[in-house]
Amino acid sequence: MSLHQLSLTAMAAGLAAKQFSSRELTQHYLARIAQFDDQLNSFVSVTPEIALMQADAADARLAAGGVGLLTGIPIAQKDIFCTTGVRTACGSKMLDKFVAPYDATIVRKLHSDSGMVMLGKVNMDEFAMGSSNETSFYGPVKNPWDLSCVPGGSSGGSVACVAAGLAPVATATDTGGSIRQPAAFTNLTGIKPTYGRVSRYGMIAFASSLDQAGVVARSTEDAALILQAMSGFDALDSTSIERPVDDLVTGLGQSIKGLKIGLPKEYFADGMAPGVRTCVEAAIAQLKVLGAVVSEISLPNAPLSVPTYYVVAPAEASSNLARMDGVRFGHRSQEARNLEELYKKSRGEGFGAEVQRRIMIGTYVLSHGYYDAYYLQAQKVRNLIYQDFKRAYETVDVILAPTTTGTAFKFGDNSDDPVAMYLNDIYTIAANLAGIPAMSLPCGFSEGLPVGFQLMGNYFDEARLLNVAHQYQQATDFHTQSPKEFV
Amino acid sequence: MAQAQWEAVIGLEVHCQLMTQTKIFSGAATAYGAEPNTQADAVTLGLPGVLPVLNQQAVKMAVKFGIAVDAKIAERCVFARKHYFYPDLPKGYQISQYELPIVEHGHLDIEVEGPKPYTKRIGITRAHLEEDAGKSLHEAYPGMTGIDLNRAGTPLIEIVSEPDIRSAAEAVAYLKKMHAIVVSLGVCDGNMQEGSFRCDANVSVRRGPDAPFGTRTETKNINSFRYVQQAIDFEIARQIEVLEAGGTIYQETRLFNPDTGETRAMRLKENANDYRYFPDPDLLPVIVTAEDIAAIKADMPELPSVKKARFESQYGLSAYDANLLTGETALALYFEEVVKASGAEAKLCANWVTGSLLAALNKSGKGIQETPINAAQLAGLVARIADKTISSNTAKDVFEAMANGEGSADEIIKAKGLVQITDEGAIVKAIEEIMAKNPGQLAEYRSGKDKLFGFFVGQAMKATGGKANPDALNRLLKEKLAG
Repeated sequence: MSLHQLSLTAMAAGLAAKQFSSRELTQHYLARIAQFDDQLNSFVSVTPEIALMQADAADARLAAGGVGLLTGIPIAQKDIFCTTGVRTACGSKMLDKFVAPYDATIVRKLHSDSGMVMLGKVNMDEFAMGSSNETSFYGPVKNPWDLSCVPGGSSGGSVACVAAGLAPVATATDTGGSIRQPAAFTNLTGIKPTYGRVSRYGMIAFASSLDQAGVVARSTEDAALILQAMSGFDALDSTSIERPVDDLVTGLGQSIKGLKIGLPKEYFADGMAPGVRTCVEAAIAQLKVLGAVVSEISLPNAPLSVPTYYVVAPAEASSNLARMDGVRFGHRSQEARNLEELYKKSRGEGFGAEVQRRIMIGTYVLSHGYYDAYYLQAQKVRNLIYQDFKRAYETVDVILAPTTTGTAFKFGDNSDDPVAMYLNDIYTIAANLAGIPAMSLPCGFSEGLPVGFQLMGNYFDEARLLNVAHQYQQATDFHTQSPKEFV
Repeated sequence: MAQAQWEAVIGLEVHCQLMTQTKIFSGAATAYGAEPNTQADAVTLGLPGVLPVLNQQAVKMAVKFGIAVDAKIAERCVFARKHYFYPDLPKGYQISQYELPIVEHGHLDIEVEGPKPYTKRIGITRAHLEEDAGKSLHEAYPGMTGIDLNRAGTPLIEIVSEPDIRSAAEAVAYLKKMHAIVVSLGVCDGNMQEGSFRCDANVSVRRGPDAPFGTRTETKNINSFRYVQQAIDFEIARQIEVLEAGGTIYQETRLFNPDTGETRAMRLKENANDYRYFPDPDLLPVIVTAEDIAAIKADMPELPSVKKARFESQYGLSAYDANLLTGETALALYFEEVVKASGAEAKLCANWVTGSLLAALNKSGKGIQETPINAAQLAGLVARIADKTISSNTAKDVFEAMANGEGSADEIIKAKGLVQITDEGAIVKAIEEIMAKNPGQLAEYRSGKDKLFGFFVGQAMKATGGKANPDALNRLLKEKLAG
């Protein structure tokens, strides 16, 4: 078995047993990136010097012993997380030359605290706004399962590099489905934890009340290991929650006999492609075999998720992106002759079309005279959606739904129609609006392309969610499949 | 029919910088006068990815202020983002409070000086917490603008009054009282030149107290009591002139020019930004419990209004003197030290502090902190008046000498031989000599020309070098002259 086919646990065991060094492991991945990434465009920055330095440091610590499981294991960072000394562009021309003077909290936790090795920064939709990775200033990422298809978004680089074996695991972020949808399109396991579980400090904000960092991996076990290391209270993030982190890893392996799974009828109505429906229904059948008790539930306000999201998220985005004004950092127009032009031209040149569209929507819904009708109304609906979930978890342990309506689509298929593109997030958005943990995991293939299904848990119930997913993956082998061109 | 008299309607917004060690949403220092941008950390700069963390000290200070003005402290208040683009506003929005401020519905009782002093209650609509902006430096770089973000993120409370103020004098009395409160609470250093305490004045005029409010203008960032007086007086006169000429007052922002004492239009408010306020999703609502308020209250210094009442009852001072002495914490402290150290009657101490001392300070433009005569020194002087070592007249000369640094009261009295003559024999002797020298005046006095009594007092004082005890002199002179 090749190094890039090992699970993180096997990798850690290999490092501990000196079967290979962190430097060898890192070099293996750097070589694969050099060999394959021209086809995928998943990395926007490869950082071999940093990677090898961190690998050597890890090797020294491994030799001394007594280190954590993740020491010396490589990871790719989504280019939304600030990294000292390495450009953090967030998929935008606006930040093409931006180098942060500080590390995001999760960067510190994964590298400084856990001893992981950073291979580089990976591609994404501009400021995480997109479902296909087509809005990136650095060009679209290709789906390793079919290079004519999108990898999903916004964490397109994260999933493409992990699915193709260019990194064992990658960080990602999810504002409306940006971890789960791309994970489903590339046969990966991706988890977005409860809002407030992982610090947002140093993660460039898209929509602050919805953004949550997470991980994409090739198995639930791998995802659990990384999420464990990322999670926890951070005094630098006022929305981070002061609550101990459950043990996400040793909890895996418990029987799910008697587990109550709810199927929201609103998610199983029309709209799902037949190939997706077949796979999701097979997954439900499999979980029943494992002892789960399945029942239909209702989340009556779930169909309002998309319009609610497309008021709240652009409103917050229009505010969060106001700091990109060409004054202190980021793109500054050379054409400006006065202050007003400096703003207009710098922002007009620095932001892509989709980002500009969302800034305009957001500015509109927050404007005097429209605020009550749009923003305030959306907040009320958001509360109703939250109440729906709260009520549902009084009767079920976990909610199961499709992740996407279809499989990965072709480049250009949705890019001319923003509303069609926005509907991609129809099954994933509600979890962000409610702030609950949710994950996507592989459940089959339709015409050669991966299909995923979604599990949504109660607040801070990541451990249970991961255990259910792990039990499912113990009984199935979909997640072990890799795209043939990248073996 | 004569038209009703014009009446001004004034509301003030006071921006008061809080004396926290660090900024309201980051650990950067807040000291004034540092090299540009040396106090601008990642959060102050608004770098991508950073998040605000609320400084609890700032909350505590705002609560203290709320308690001091008898306001309602919100159990739950919310930070909101106020959007506009300006180079010295790093994030493109200011974190402020909008719909749910921390302090609401307070009031301040002011004493307005003048020919007919009066007191008046001014309503405080609200006070909210917010961050200050940075500074744009236009002069230092020709053709360019420098940005200094040291001040950005400094905590402020913005205190908004009801439109209860009717004259520049009331406005100044309100501001002075407010200034005394925030300084005595230790929440603001009160330095107006550095902008720690500054004011926006909303002014309109109307024809009499029953007429509806006129259109108001807002004069921004006035940073001295005198400028407030000038700016408001100018604005009232300007508006009346415009209206009487049949013109229109526009709702606009105006700037005060201290060199000319005039205000000029800056921008029309109608064209101003739509600030697009919405609750800041990076910050949780702030919860202040009744227990929190009680704990803060227990920790607060005596408020000027409470101190004033105590000075009246404990020291028997007039309302006027008590008000004057408690207007500034340092002055009140000075007074109490004089009373304690001199052992003299409080009224006598108050007379010397509010009289000679304040006059000397005013004349030299100094504050009580820079007084040339400290409380112990003044107490030494007052003690000598109280034990009749010197007369009040002589004391004035000793005061002058002390102000000139000639030593303590006792040293000066001794060096200049100013000890009062209380030996009645000596005084009688002097009187008899004067009577002998001035038989003509004596005869006139005895024939009923009472006014000549003053002549004999002057002669006796001259003869004793001004050291005769005035009471004794008066009494003895009357006896002797009567014959």
